Amino acid sequence: MSPVFLNTLEVILNGLMAGVMYSLVALGFVLIYKASGIFNYAQGVMALFAALTLVGLQTGQVPFSHLINAIFGTEVHHFGWELPALVAIVLTLGVMVIFAILVERLVLRHLVGQEPIILFMATIGLAYFMEGFGDLMWGSDIKKLDVGLPSGGSFWLEDVTRGWAAEGADYYGMYIDLLDVWAAIVATILVVSLTLFSQYTKTGRALRAVADDHQAALSVGIDLRTIWVITWAIAGFVALVAGVMWGAKSGVQFSLSLIALKALPVLMLGGFTSIPGAIVGGLIIGVGEKLFEYAIGPMLGGATENWFAYVLALLFLVFRPQGLFGEKIIERV
Amino acid sequence: MYRALTVSLALALGCVSAARADIVLADLSYRTGPYANNGIPSSDGFNDYITLLNERDGGIEGEKIRVVPCEFGYNTQKGVECYDKMKAAGALSIQPLSTGVTYGIIPKSMADGIPVLTTGYGRTSAADGEVFSTIFNPPANYWQAADAQIRFIKEQEGSLRGKKIALVYHNSPYGKEPIPTLEALARREGFELQFYPIDHPGAEQAADWDKLKAAAPDWVLLWGWGVMNPTALREARRVKFPIDHIIGVWWSANETDVKSIGRRANGYKAVNFHAVGTEFRIYNDMNEYVYFAGKARGEADNLGTVLYNRGILTAILVTEAARTAMKIHGTTKLTPQMMRDGFENLNITEERMAEIGMEGFVPPFSLSCANHGGSGRVTVNEWDARLRGWRQIADYYEPDMSIIGPMIKADADKFAKENGIKRRKCR
Repeated sequence: MSPVFLNTLEVILNGLMAGVMYSLVALGFVLIYKASGIFNYAQGVMALFAALTLVGLQTGQVPFSHLINAIFGTEVHHFGWELPALVAIVLTLGVMVIFAILVERLVLRHLVGQEPIILFMATIGLAYFMEGFGDLMWGSDIKKLDVGLPSGGSFWLEDVTRGWAAEGADYYGMYIDLLDVWAAIVATILVVSLTLFSQYTKTGRALRAVADDHQAALSVGIDLRTIWVITWAIAGFVALVAGVMWGAKSGVQFSLSLIALKALPVLMLGGFTSIPGAIVGGLIIGVGEKLFEYAIGPMLGGATENWFAYVLALLFLVFRPQGLFGEKIIERV
Repeated sequence: MYRALTVSLALALGCVSAARADIVLADLSYRTGPYANNGIPSSDGFNDYITLLNERDGGIEGEKIRVVPCEFGYNTQKGVECYDKMKAAGALSIQPLSTGVTYGIIPKSMADGIPVLTTGYGRTSAADGEVFSTIFNPPANYWQAADAQIRFIKEQEGSLRGKKIALVYHNSPYGKEPIPTLEALARREGFELQFYPIDHPGAEQAADWDKLKAAAPDWVLLWGWGVMNPTALREARRVKFPIDHIIGVWWSANETDVKSIGRRANGYKAVNFHAVGTEFRIYNDMNEYVYFAGKARGEADNLGTVLYNRGILTAILVTEAARTAMKIHGTTKLTPQMMRDGFENLNITEERMAEIGMEGFVPPFSLSCANHGGSGRVTVNEWDARLRGWRQIADYYEPDMSIIGPMIKADADKFAKENGIKRRKCR
């Protein structure tokens, strides 16, 4: 095989891996949209907040240390202990559940019956609040996240693919980051678990009932508020997974919150209400943008990835406005 | 009765003057947003040096210095709004800490006569003082950075003819600044230039580095900011591009950028126009009057880092300009116009830097009516992952003004023509 073909194949594989990472963020959007009809603008910031909290707990950082030191003239920064990754993840999950309860109590409860646009605006406010709150709580320096996941290239894959190239060709083998492979495995487990949860558990069925019709769900005794807390807690869990994967890749820092922008074309393409749609949409966007940048980008001066994802999503919308897996809404007049 | 009234009036005036600081300096900072990690140490260094002068010397010539902060989150529009707030607050000079904001406020600054100091960033052709009367960009600019990068590569390779050099850059006014110089140098030296623009924030670069791998350049120039820098180094490792053949600009040379990828950053190089570290006498005073006194602006982790020291350098230049302005005009009550004169007559000598306690921190330079850019001397540092610090591996290069000089003049003339500005005559 020619090195050009092998390089293109590597771009496609890396695109698939990037797509999985986009899907992880898109999943959080889908969960909340399905259960409450809210487009949660704060999903990206939730991923950042979860990752910040995880690193903070893992490394024994004192929350709000800068504020405490400024007020009391102290010099406290660390508790002096470090937590195992698993314990820190469980505690972070607890923080995200508390966050879900607070969102329901302080925001959603007061906006029951409001137009979706009002709820959307509330999530924008929530996003900006959490950005500042996260900074204040854990600081804004870049933090290294290590939860024990393997990263770096696979020598095995490099050796195998090097053998595919023609004899004497200038080719060093294919590089796939092991962290991306783990992200793909985690995303698969997540999707299967979420699907099983929503299909076969009582709570899952209640979530789907609320998603279908709020009023009907209320009439059969489903507590809307509890369902919202559960939904936001699950979205918080998904945000934590996305935050761990992205944070392990590029460090935990503010730009994590911008990954939400990568999830938007995925949602447009896959549909706002479909969990498999988020995965397939992510893969198409990931491969599409990487391949376009690789093959066509040089002719257009490069830097095409950000806008091409949206063009691709818009093209799909022309033919399937509800997205690949979204529900077709027909309203009769 | 009259005496009592006079004393009361004098006391009242005294109170007013005590409450009103006489030297007002702007601190446009970004402690929030995607680049907060870079904005915080810069602002801390600036503020801590000013605190030192206030606490140790009582300000400058007895006049206290007041820093007025304006947070803009590295958002150009907000940064431009900050200029108006700073102007209203009576700031004597503005340090925008962003190339985009600099471009936005140049016309305002020139209309208002408020000097703008851009230490190693901003519009390169602002070095032409005959056109940009209120803008100062010492001690070195982006074109001189690009020149030094190419000079260093030439020293390693012997000749650049037939070589391929890639520019991986932040797709913004900042990232595009070196392109004209690199194109001129490519024509002269006979090397092939490749461009890889990276969109903000730069956390995704896989396809760009796959392209770069296929194009197989010999060297890479990195012109990144924030998360773009560690991501680029990580991607370079992925496509097996040698890290020691990557040379960053001084905004791609922050400790946090390289530390976050650990040993893999070993051998990475970057140009700089000042020294790093805490081995300067001034840090003794900083310890006594600022850090141990509990008056530091931020955390102690940043002391001596590239950006913290650059913040100190900015504060030194501003306060030395104020001192110079006081000498020129024979008063301690400065106006922005007087401050501008101070910048235009700034003379940073080795002796003066030694008096400040920063001996060898920056090569000596002076500014004038025509030269608002300084000496343009740039060195090359290399990251030592074992020591977790930068090592200087080249002398300070004198810039090749035979290429850069005419380009600065041409760009300044273009700006003058577009804005109806008449080039002033400098003696």
